[in-house]
Amino acid sequence: MAVPTTALEAVLRRHPVWRGGSVAQSQVRAEPSGHAGLDRELPGGGWPAGTLTEILCASHGIGELQLVLPALAALSRAQGRIAWLAPPHLPYAPALAAAGLRLELLTVVRAPGRRDALWAAEQVLRAGACRALLMWLPRSGYGELRRLALAAEAGAAIALLFRPLLAAQEASPAPLRLALVPDGGQLSVRILKRRGAQLAAPLHIPIPRPVHAVGGALPSPVAPRSQAARPCPV
Amino acid sequence: MALCLPRLPLEARLRGRAPSEAADEPWAVVDNRSVLVCNGAAEALGVRPGSALTAAWALAPHLRILQRDAAAEAGALEAVASWACQFTAKVSLEPPQAVLLEVEGSLRLFGGAARLMARLHSGVADLGFEALLAAGPTARAALWLAQGGGETLQALPIGAIDPGPQTLALLRRIGVSTLGELMRLPRAGVAARFGQGLLRDLDRALGRAPEPRVFFQPPERFGMLLELPAPVMEAERVLFAARRLLLQLEGFLAARQAGVRGFTLRLSHRDGQPTLIEIGSATPHRDTEHWQRLLRERLEAIVLKSPAEAIRLEAAGLTLLSGASSSLFGDTRGEAEAWERLTERLQARFGSAVVHGLATHAEHRPERAWRAAAAGTAAADQVPPGPRPLWLLEPPRRLGEGDFVLLAGPERIESGWWDGDDVARDYFIAARGASLAWIYRAREGWFLHGLFA
Repeated sequence: MAVPTTALEAVLRRHPVWRGGSVAQSQVRAEPSGHAGLDRELPGGGWPAGTLTEILCASHGIGELQLVLPALAALSRAQGRIAWLAPPHLPYAPALAAAGLRLELLTVVRAPGRRDALWAAEQVLRAGACRALLMWLPRSGYGELRRLALAAEAGAAIALLFRPLLAAQEASPAPLRLALVPDGGQLSVRILKRRGAQLAAPLHIPIPRPVHAVGGALPSPVAPRSQAARPCPV
Repeated sequence: MALCLPRLPLEARLRGRAPSEAADEPWAVVDNRSVLVCNGAAEALGVRPGSALTAAWALAPHLRILQRDAAAEAGALEAVASWACQFTAKVSLEPPQAVLLEVEGSLRLFGGAARLMARLHSGVADLGFEALLAAGPTARAALWLAQGGGETLQALPIGAIDPGPQTLALLRRIGVSTLGELMRLPRAGVAARFGQGLLRDLDRALGRAPEPRVFFQPPERFGMLLELPAPVMEAERVLFAARRLLLQLEGFLAARQAGVRGFTLRLSHRDGQPTLIEIGSATPHRDTEHWQRLLRERLEAIVLKSPAEAIRLEAAGLTLLSGASSSLFGDTRGEAEAWERLTERLQARFGSAVVHGLATHAEHRPERAWRAAAAGTAAADQVPPGPRPLWLLEPPRRLGEGDFVLLAGPERIESGWWDGDDVARDYFIAARGASLAWIYRAREGWFLHGLFA
């Protein structure tokens, strides 16, 4: 070909030109999680895009969303759409707004059944229309997860699949798997599986908990003061 | 340019079926007990247009017969004309089986006569018609060339100009078999023997005399009926027939540079009420593929109670679509469009109650401080006064006294006395197992209302 390759290379060196071919080899596009300790251990330095990531948590309400919120807020600031698929409860708009998420970029899909949810997940991932998909599909077989993983690779979204901690014993095609266990005011994050060397020790990630905001300390319970707490009849 | 539909009487009735099913069986349209048109399968058995019905049956005992339906043919011809209006504004009908297009002004836009012809041919085939196309310097020349299938007017067989059975027989008797031979006959003699009509047509074809044509006025609303030759239950077959109509709709809209926000598909059944399927979209569209995707999702979710015999597609509320400018805003615009399409697909399958956006609402009662908004609706963010959980339980779940350990609180919320749904609650943050919960105490007891996820 008669293209002056040297000139082209000079341009490529001078400017930070992103080349499509280079991604497949080593780099993973990732969104920093906002937790420095976690970013150090995640391949690509954050939540990887175009990869199915499994987050296994002992129960709802241990700070599992706080772990991903900083990244979601960053996506939101960059006009990225975020879809919530089959969440176990209602994602509460006032709290999401307070966390810095732009509500007009959020969509909730309360898919009626398990099969419908899987279908919707594949559609969302393959459409390439949103930057992150958060999904709650507690009972998924290996084959279904495999389809999700392929769909995630077909798209470029951060695909976060939340499942119960029990699923840690099952094999999974997800390239990245984390297990979350509450640990006082922190989250103990174990990386069960990742690309590259495995990590044996759990990470301790501090996450914001509301008790600090109110002033109470987590381990010391408040005795219910019956007078103050009793609602006045109106 | 002329578009001639030789099998129109048959295709007007059969195009609701997939070509594979219709092609296997011999079909014929019968007029006055003789075969008017038949399909390839019937021709392979020896049935020819013009043969008597009894003779046809002798050749093909399984021949499926349809009585000629002149109204359906006229409707189909108008449908093709209406669709063709996207290529030129000057479309005229040439009943019974042809549509004429004046394309001189459109040739450059569509990349030349050959390209335009190829596009017309495949487009008409997608609508379910087999077309013969020809271009000519005059409308009549194009029509004759399309009917006769020749390259030049001179070489056309005399039958192509359809001068009427008596004139045709007479011409053949005096040894005229091509149009060129007819043109070489002395004018006066032709006028005396065959009347002025034949000469006038000839002059119009050669451009010696003008031919005033009435241009086709497409209707203002789109409403098209398609008869299904055999009743269908399967979504896939309904979809196939609907695609024919969607393509017509696309042509109809393209002629107006318009789109629609939705349409109604009405499935008629032999007994009882028709099934109405409403398909809507957030922004106006005319793309057949887009509508077909939405329709497929909806049809897959519907179980027909009885077979459908005909479908009718109606669309109103035309909106002007601006031309393509998709690359102007780069990636985010493409992403936004992909997102919109995705949302529509999901909503078509699950309904808009299942797929929704979120918004805050200025209300003290926590369960009313949010709203399900149409996806993509912007709303002013209300910052709540105290800590709020990321999960809200709907409805709140009753708790026993020993189920939790209080950690912080209370936050008093008293509101709603004016609308009869008043609440008086003290909210606490509590540890519940490994989770942090947002619970409240009301007169009825303790309730779990949220989780700090």
